[in-house]
Amino acid sequence: MSPQMIDRLWQAAFDTIFMVGVSAGIAVLAGIPLALFLVTSGPNGIFPAPRANRLVGVVVNGFRAVPFIVLLVALIPFTRLVVGTTIGVWAAIVPLAVSATPFFARIAEVSLREVDPGLVEAAQSIGCRRRHILLHVLLPEALPGIVGGFTITIVSMIGASAVAGAVGAGGLGDVAIRYGYQRFDTTVMSVVIAILIVLVCLVQFTGDSVVRRLRAR
Amino acid sequence: MVSLALDSLGATDSARPNRLAADVIPAAWDEAARRGAGTVRFENVSKTYRSAGGEVRALDDVSLDVPSGAIFGIIGRSGAGKSTLLRTVNRLEEPTSGRVLVDGEPIEALRTVGLVALRRRIGMIFQHFNLLSAKTVRQNVALPLKVAGIRPAEIARRVDEVLRLVGLEGKADTYPSRLSGGQKQRVGVARALVSDPEILLCDEATSALDPETTLSILGLLRDINRRLGLTIILITHEMSVIREVCTDVLVLEAGRVAESGPVWRVFGAPEHPATRALLAPLTRDVPDELAQRLLPHPVPGAQAVLRITYSGRSAPDLSALVAATGGTVRLLQAGVERIQGHAVGRMLIAAEGTEAEARLRAIGETVEGIGYVAADD
Repeated sequence: MSPQMIDRLWQAAFDTIFMVGVSAGIAVLAGIPLALFLVTSGPNGIFPAPRANRLVGVVVNGFRAVPFIVLLVALIPFTRLVVGTTIGVWAAIVPLAVSATPFFARIAEVSLREVDPGLVEAAQSIGCRRRHILLHVLLPEALPGIVGGFTITIVSMIGASAVAGAVGAGGLGDVAIRYGYQRFDTTVMSVVIAILIVLVCLVQFTGDSVVRRLRAR
Repeated sequence: MVSLALDSLGATDSARPNRLAADVIPAAWDEAARRGAGTVRFENVSKTYRSAGGEVRALDDVSLDVPSGAIFGIIGRSGAGKSTLLRTVNRLEEPTSGRVLVDGEPIEALRTVGLVALRRRIGMIFQHFNLLSAKTVRQNVALPLKVAGIRPAEIARRVDEVLRLVGLEGKADTYPSRLSGGQKQRVGVARALVSDPEILLCDEATSALDPETTLSILGLLRDINRRLGLTIILITHEMSVIREVCTDVLVLEAGRVAESGPVWRVFGAPEHPATRALLAPLTRDVPDELAQRLLPHPVPGAQAVLRITYSGRSAPDLSALVAATGGTVRLLQAGVERIQGHAVGRMLIAAEGTEAEARLRAIGETVEGIGYVAADD
């Protein structure tokens, strides 16, 4: 491989990590409140609002049903509105975050639902208000599952970010498609895949060890 | 309508707490400040659940008074409505009709702030402990105070106090998953007591524990009832739990009050079939081998088999028994206990002479002849 290609790979790895990192951060900030809403606004929840709950549920399903490459294009007007451009890394971050948020919210929702209702009842019996229940019961008790779900979200976002080359955002997937696939450069393809494997393994290992530490309590 | 005034019934013998000024009890738990606090009154409480299969009437017109300082047991079969009744006290359940009064004040109209204040006066412990697994023992016990906005220094002091009270001084920084069942329930008790409540609700608090641990938790409950003078309402399906600690008992059957009163009376002379059914495991009846040899009529040389029932204040006087029958008296089986100063139980004797039954009745015993056996049996 030429030194330029090595530079290009470094840049691509950095772009991927940056894109996935920023949009994963947004997915957490938006996804956890969304998951809490989905769990607590059901008919028997602590903030009952069944109609809003159904509506939000449908919207979440809608976003999850659209393939990422279609979402990327469909969101172009929105992306321009938010970041002022439709090409480059930032133009990929918006659709990545929009796609990852409902995905992560559904996974976090499952963990939150698994919190024993007896714990919520106990919290009510000691005079907790509803925000205390969110803060002291639901989130801490579901945390291991939420961290595990976050790991899954990041890994699937690394996959989705390969498509970001369509808006000129670069990244490892883009290099693999343009050089490895379209120019039949098997070496580049292999190196990119190796880097992706290492990246995914690192994320999974970190996530697993955090979950293990949380569960050991 | 079933209306019971347990206050008057239990007044003579329910073990009133003598609040010891133990070193662990702060000045706030002052006797004068608490006298008379911690009463609960149920007025025609009914609860109906609507489900796909139709309506289920969990509670049906329950009226009842729980006196201050009592250890009040609620017993009944599964599905009798015990849990539902208990949960109406801190409004984890809302009655469909009727009302609940705590310290004379109706609670159904309380909004968020009032309800939170009420719940801080009512502690609750659960069958499955319901401790937060992500928090240490100290953090679990501190939570009621933390959400009440108490200063951290004050929280630390109170948490140490209650942990000492329940005997868990060394476990403050342990996570609940590392504790045994009995220790977990002690944490539950500490969490319930840390806000200095007037009432403690126990929802099958010992049902998940082994017999030895059950006794130690019951001992703890009795101890805090005496030392802190709080009213305890506990539900259980084990009669032995009631016998061990309660002053008063309510038997629920299909959502209705079957029977209620001081434990010695309900246990000594159960009136309702539901009570008898629940008591059956504790009651020794005529053993099978004896029942098979019982003769319906006296034959020469036979002895009368008599069942004497005790449910009164005085202990059985054996010499009076012998003197009254005027002949041989053999003790076949006996199970007499002392509950709240009352002798409660039954005795099976074989006595000589056909008039033994009448003679015993004449000296005031509750006697029932159940047959005859050969004298040399």
